[in-house]
Amino acid sequence: MGKILMKGNEAIGEAAVRAGCLSYFAYPITPQSEVSEYLARRMPEVGGVFLQGESEVAVSYMIFGAVGCGARAFTTSSSPGISLMSEGISYIAGAELPAVFINIQRGGPGLGGILPSQGDYFQSTKGGGHGDYHLMVMAPAGVQEAVEMVMMAFPLAEKYRNPVMILGDGLIGQMMEPITFPDHLRTEPPNKDEWASNGMDTRKSSKPNLVKSLFLDPKELNAHNLLLKAKYERMKKEDVRYEPYNIDSDYQILIVSYGTMSRVCKTAIDNMKEDGMEVGMIRPQTLFPFPEAAIHDAASKAGCRVVVSIEMSVGQMVEDVERCVRGKCPVEWYGKCGGEVPTPEEIAGAVRSLLEKNAGSFGAKY
Amino acid sequence: MDCMTYKFSIDVDRCKGCGLCVSVCPKKVLEISDKVNKKGYFPVRQAHPEDCNFCGACYLMCPDVAISITETAEDDREQE
Amino acid sequence: MGRIFRKPEVMTDEPTHYCPGCTHGLIHRLVAEVIDELGIRGRTVGIAPVGCAVFIYNYISVDFQESAHGRAPAMATGIKRVRPDLIVFTYQGDGDLASIGIAEIIHAANRGEKFTTIFVNNAVYGMTGGQMAPTTMPGQRTTTSPFGRKVEEVGMPIKIAELLSTIETPGYITRQTVIKPKYIVQAKKAIKKAFKYQMEGRCFSLVEVVSICPTNWGLTPVEAVKWAEETMLSYYKLGDCKTPDSHKGV
Repeated sequence: MGKILMKGNEAIGEAAVRAGCLSYFAYPITPQSEVSEYLARRMPEVGGVFLQGESEVAVSYMIFGAVGCGARAFTTSSSPGISLMSEGISYIAGAELPAVFINIQRGGPGLGGILPSQGDYFQSTKGGGHGDYHLMVMAPAGVQEAVEMVMMAFPLAEKYRNPVMILGDGLIGQMMEPITFPDHLRTEPPNKDEWASNGMDTRKSSKPNLVKSLFLDPKELNAHNLLLKAKYERMKKEDVRYEPYNIDSDYQILIVSYGTMSRVCKTAIDNMKEDGMEVGMIRPQTLFPFPEAAIHDAASKAGCRVVVSIEMSVGQMVEDVERCVRGKCPVEWYGKCGGEVPTPEEIAGAVRSLLEKNAGSFGAKY
Repeated sequence: MDCMTYKFSIDVDRCKGCGLCVSVCPKKVLEISDKVNKKGYFPVRQAHPEDCNFCGACYLMCPDVAISITETAEDDREQE
Repeated sequence: MGRIFRKPEVMTDEPTHYCPGCTHGLIHRLVAEVIDELGIRGRTVGIAPVGCAVFIYNYISVDFQESAHGRAPAMATGIKRVRPDLIVFTYQGDGDLASIGIAEIIHAANRGEKFTTIFVNNAVYGMTGGQMAPTTMPGQRTTTSPFGRKVEEVGMPIKIAELLSTIETPGYITRQTVIKPKYIVQAKKAIKKAFKYQMEGRCFSLVEVVSICPTNWGLTPVEAVKWAEETMLSYYKLGDCKTPDSHKGV
């Protein structure tokens, strides 16, 4: 199949259909409403379910119900909507259900704005809802990667029986890019008869299945949370994804950046290279599990004097970067968070001034 | 059918002694026992089984499905 | 045949955790009898509520999903949309359905979702310890209305069955009670009718069941029945509020 030009939000909807996900529940919110508009037409064509819920709260439980009986289901929303869904997401994580959530982020807090942002990093990677849980969080840097990640998200959610969040932003949702769709996903959610409330007749069993998140016995709840923790540890071993960029060069400064922001950083890095200045970058593709070792190793490379986390938020990922660098060299933050995306020139300027500021840093070799 | 009769039984350990069955029995057959059951409740008992007409009001009212009334063959009656 | 009264097949042997005189066990039994009689055990999925009845899945042996407070109708919607062949019911209390979950139930009813809701109205929050509910009667003392419900401050109790009956989408909405055997027979008929409407794919169905909570009312079970009859039944009128046949349509 050749390349087609598609808007990010529509491509995300199509990717889900091609991942065999035939149920979609959502509530309109800018800047992701085109996913709903696309699927309102597309789902009937493929015999799927499209339903506009009465609120994001309700939508998160429609997803719970659908996934809980063994179907593939997903929803899309944007930051304030994800806040409302966070209650349901916590229940879904607690009940170990393989749902997919897509957040086309906009600025916050509160109503914030409708332009691109990365302000929901904490919300996505650290919880968002109540209780001890994590989502697997994937961050695409363009429409093609968004499509690929949507198609990977369903099998990954099913592998771990854990919700997967795709953390995009308004730019990815709104821009058009030429894309190639991967082959249709032909698998079914595996082992669903073991846990799904899909009706005893469906699975030819006389034993009822119960999908729940309540464990009143403290020992049981502790054991349940340890089981969840073991899944998160397994994700860290098996499903960390990241892209190194210009990492073999003799860089003195290492950028960590993801999503839309990382694309601008790449341009800045290329421009600086032309000017004779080497800058390395690690681009996390999974924000949870976070590429801890890759960042640590890249920051530990001889000659690296400073690491900068460049984000469209007021310094959220930088806390994880600091954790990974573990004092090997200073960690700085640069970014914008009002909806404007920093330009390559602004990034280059920031990189130069941060290097100057940290000129005294001996970096990792000491 | 004529050879069939009914058997009334109380699952003493399911009963919580709420007394709702006592209050709805049209024949005043039931009363709360003075013997404690496994769970520490005083369960209901049939004080006047001879008056029971197996109407089922007690079964209907019982919140704990502790009462059952089943058909039984005439011969079984002696074993109650 | 005819007069055989014993625990339905689909009910487990586990004694319930409910307080003495609590009618949850009774309503569970009615649902279980209907599931048995309709022969739908193998394709039924229940939604357990937050509240005293959360452990309903320990007593009725069918597939269950456990909901958050108020969200059961959204979960039932999710199931029913992707698996219309399953028979889905939610079992919800009055804090759950009439307060935090009122948006979910109204919209599910309005979309005409083909599931069944058993709505247990006992005029109080049970599990959290007897706080005032939207259904608490005027003047009724609860732990958060210690001087009695003041309607000038918190309004009149919500009549869910009537409220949902204003919806134009066809549905089966009825109010029943289980405080006396004659009513229990009627309540079971209504529950069966509700499930049948679902099986026929006809409409949303909701059976409100006026119920008692002796513990949180501070009454004996027999006194509680008397209070419900004298106080609640004059306000919460029994009977069908709406049937799919009575619907005039547009």
